[in-house]
Amino acid sequence: MCLAIPGQIIEVQEMGGLRSARVRFGGIVRRVNLSFVPEAANGDYVMVHVGFAISLIDRLEAERTYQLLQEMGGIEEELASAIPDLP
Amino acid sequence: MKYLDEYREEHIAKALAAEINQRTTQPWVLMEICGGQTHTIMRYGLDDLLPANLELVHGPGCPVCVTPLETIDKAIELAARPDVILVSYGDMLRVPGSRSDLFRAKAQGADVRITYSPMEAVTIARSRPDRKIVFLAIGFETTAPANAMAAWQAKREGLTNLSLLVSHVLVPPAIRALMASSSNRVQGFIAPGHVCTIMGCSEYDSLVQDFQVPIVVGGFEPVDLFQSVLMLVKQLEAGEAKLENQYVRSVSYQGNLPAQKIMTDVFEIADQKWRGLGVIPQSGLRLRKEYASYDANLKFELQELCVDEPAECISAQVLQGLKKPTDCPVFGMRCTPENPLGAPMVSSEGACAAYYHYRRHSVAV
Repeated sequence: MCLAIPGQIIEVQEMGGLRSARVRFGGIVRRVNLSFVPEAANGDYVMVHVGFAISLIDRLEAERTYQLLQEMGGIEEELASAIPDLP
Repeated sequence: MKYLDEYREEHIAKALAAEINQRTTQPWVLMEICGGQTHTIMRYGLDDLLPANLELVHGPGCPVCVTPLETIDKAIELAARPDVILVSYGDMLRVPGSRSDLFRAKAQGADVRITYSPMEAVTIARSRPDRKIVFLAIGFETTAPANAMAAWQAKREGLTNLSLLVSHVLVPPAIRALMASSSNRVQGFIAPGHVCTIMGCSEYDSLVQDFQVPIVVGGFEPVDLFQSVLMLVKQLEAGEAKLENQYVRSVSYQGNLPAQKIMTDVFEIADQKWRGLGVIPQSGLRLRKEYASYDANLKFELQELCVDEPAECISAQVLQGLKKPTDCPVFGMRCTPENPLGAPMVSSEGACAAYYHYRRHSVAV
């Protein structure tokens, strides 16, 4: 139930005082309510839960974490071969 | 998909698992709170890659599983009324009440509609002024602002034919109850990343201080979960208890302020019954007085019920991390996703269903 998935805003739209957007998730596009992330703009990535964007993905933080993890993956590759594959 | 695929990368997950194995020198018991996290652990078999002395127990973070039997019974009672359209998240339909479930009620002719978003209930209310629309508003803090928005929007539009049957639960009071219990075994928590996306981290700071227990706010993908476990193991091995945030791409310390505002405008904190766990003080939400006309309990003058779980269902112990689903004598036999005895066998986030779907039903045939 607390599932939220990341999607990219294609087009922000304003209708009757409500801010929404068309958001792309892989190959699917859905309308998403932007009431909780009023600062979101075209091109931004948002986490979406039950039709609402609940956060604007912090790209800088995401890249920093991913970079660290990547580096770690490289160094530890040898060690990792000692444990079984992920299914 | 960006921000999803990279957190499923095998070489990173394996490197993290290797470091966890290297750093774990003594037995530890960790709990992932959220059913979504349990689901990932089972789906990818993450626990098989962890050291044998590192045990993951599964928490109560499955809203469908902890929604009280009484709420399901009330929803079924309302759905049976010819003037009512009951709108619910799909997960709730197969959850057994004391005598039936919403799916069967629908099969018997009740107007039960499945929705993905609570705003759909508002749309139905707008288009069907001749019917009474009841939205079964369940969930944790992640879902509460969206459900609150449905009530807020209905009030703003002056819609009088929509009401909410509310069963909202809050995570921090449940962690507090688990930690205060004499049977507690948990030494570190992975806090639910999407609940914290809304609420921020401050509530977890006081839990860390009060119980000297490490808490890491974690995401939902294999890499997120391994990284969260590694952060907990590092703390435990060093004798530390801190609050850390692994899910920085979505969670900030203060959380989502506009979402918190709508939530507190519409709901107030109240005592709440959790299925299997009983009443936990100040662990739920109810509609504020200003929204009394949107409260299905008041609108339909529903009687307070009190019913019992099937005696052979051990979901209470499963939800507290005291037993594994496979410890249950009827698991996979008389209790299956098609014919569930307890709620954790129904929801995709329920621990029993996760074990059942992902190779863990080692029962005799």
